Amino acid sequence: MTTTYADLPRLMARMTGAEKHGPAATSTLDALWVLYDRVLRGAPGDPGRDRFLLSKGHGPMAYYAVLAAKGLLPEEWLDGFGGYDSPLGHHPDRVLIPAAEIGSGSLGHGLPLAVGTALGLRAQGNHAAVWTLIGDAEFDEGSNHEALAYAGALGLDRLHTIVIDNSSASHGWSGGIAARFAAHGWSTATVDGHDHEALHAAYTTPHAGRPHAVIAQVEPKN
Amino acid sequence: MDTMRERFISVTTELLDEDPRTALVLADISAASFTRAADAHPDRVLNVGIREQLLIGVAGGLALTGMRPIAHTFASFLVERPFEQIKLDLTHQGVGAVLVSALGSYDWPAGGRTHMSPGDVALLDTLPDWTVHVPGHPDEAEALLRHAVADGDRNVYVRLSNHSNQDPHHAVPGRFLTVREGAKATVIAVGPMLDAVLAATADLDVTVLYATTVRPFDAPALRATGHTDVVIVEPYLSGTSDHEAHQALADLPHRVLGLGVPKAEHRHYGSMDEHLRAYGLDTAGIRERILGFTEKL
Repeated sequence: MTTTYADLPRLMARMTGAEKHGPAATSTLDALWVLYDRVLRGAPGDPGRDRFLLSKGHGPMAYYAVLAAKGLLPEEWLDGFGGYDSPLGHHPDRVLIPAAEIGSGSLGHGLPLAVGTALGLRAQGNHAAVWTLIGDAEFDEGSNHEALAYAGALGLDRLHTIVIDNSSASHGWSGGIAARFAAHGWSTATVDGHDHEALHAAYTTPHAGRPHAVIAQVEPKN
Repeated sequence: MDTMRERFISVTTELLDEDPRTALVLADISAASFTRAADAHPDRVLNVGIREQLLIGVAGGLALTGMRPIAHTFASFLVERPFEQIKLDLTHQGVGAVLVSALGSYDWPAGGRTHMSPGDVALLDTLPDWTVHVPGHPDEAEALLRHAVADGDRNVYVRLSNHSNQDPHHAVPGRFLTVREGAKATVIAVGPMLDAVLAATADLDVTVLYATTVRPFDAPALRATGHTDVVIVEPYLSGTSDHEAHQALADLPHRVLGLGVPKAEHRHYGSMDEHLRAYGLDTAGIRERILGFTEKL
């Protein structure tokens, strides 16, 4: 049986017990689905696989549902979500989930790790793409700014950052988030975070010699 | 004789030539000394600028791709400032790096408190599975650095200092070296403290163990001395290794005296020797406190 986008609510329900989910749980769902369904190449463990590093480890149900839909973790695991013996916590742990490239939860770690991953692959002549996903409030963490400035200066073009923007940063981002990336030489695209065709087009935009940021706008959290 | 930091630069340059798995991550400090290495290996000599969270994050990312990263800056900025990155980007991800620091606790007192890191080893003690090497001589620094880089994918901290002993002694990595045997007590001298400890105890009937690897702590070597009165002299926060000695001797009545850098801020500039004297870590200070401890026997 092929699992499709239409199955995701059912998969999420195995974790939450409800078919309907609020914006917080689903803000990343479309961005993740399009990425895993149409963009990322290679299987876990394959050295040439594209890497996706979930930095925004909060609210990982959409992530787990997409991984299960893609056969990257057993559906049965979803039922135990957050339980003592479950590999699936409220923040993911790469040591417990073979398909997870990093463990996350504390904000501002994924983008620096993604920069290091992209550099490590480059040094080994490996052209796999590296993706990370952060939130607009997570963007408050200074570690992101250390990483995006350095990656821009290097022109690290195998690096991609998805920013889920649900307007939850306490002090906002005057002038926009994309402008921060653009100022450091990144290629950027800002799209509707629920529009699959727009997300796919943004993900696959050529960006030779520059890292690429996709700002996926979704409904405000509050 | 070159300094430990100069030796780190020459040895790391060689390691980058020898082993394509190695990568060096810098945050401006020492970057000018790695120009040749950077020219030879532009993809494996990475200076991230003055960005220490990124220094450790990049090291973690490199390790995730199977490389053996070496990250370096002053101890304050390598361990204290990005401590959560050490906890999460290395230990929690289940990957390893070699962290090599300079300046230690008191190498540049004229630089003041901002460039002093007496708490680095104690901080790493809150995390599992770290190896900590504290060489006492540039030759030992070279041997321990080479060992660290070749030590699988373990997390290893190599703590370099301008404070050094006259001659190398070369303890086996991970093991204490018996330098002198006596009947009354055991004094463990860590890294650069050895010369002062040997001078302070020259006429005392004590065993002196030399430690250049403090984690894991060589408990069997301590137990093999047969002594239950133990003094530990460390070039960082006083008492950092007391708990290790207590654990090693937990089934025996025993006493432990920990000597090191006091926790209180010492708001003076000046020289390393002046600071060692003020901390009671010169020969006279160490001797006085060891006598006070052993006279109670």
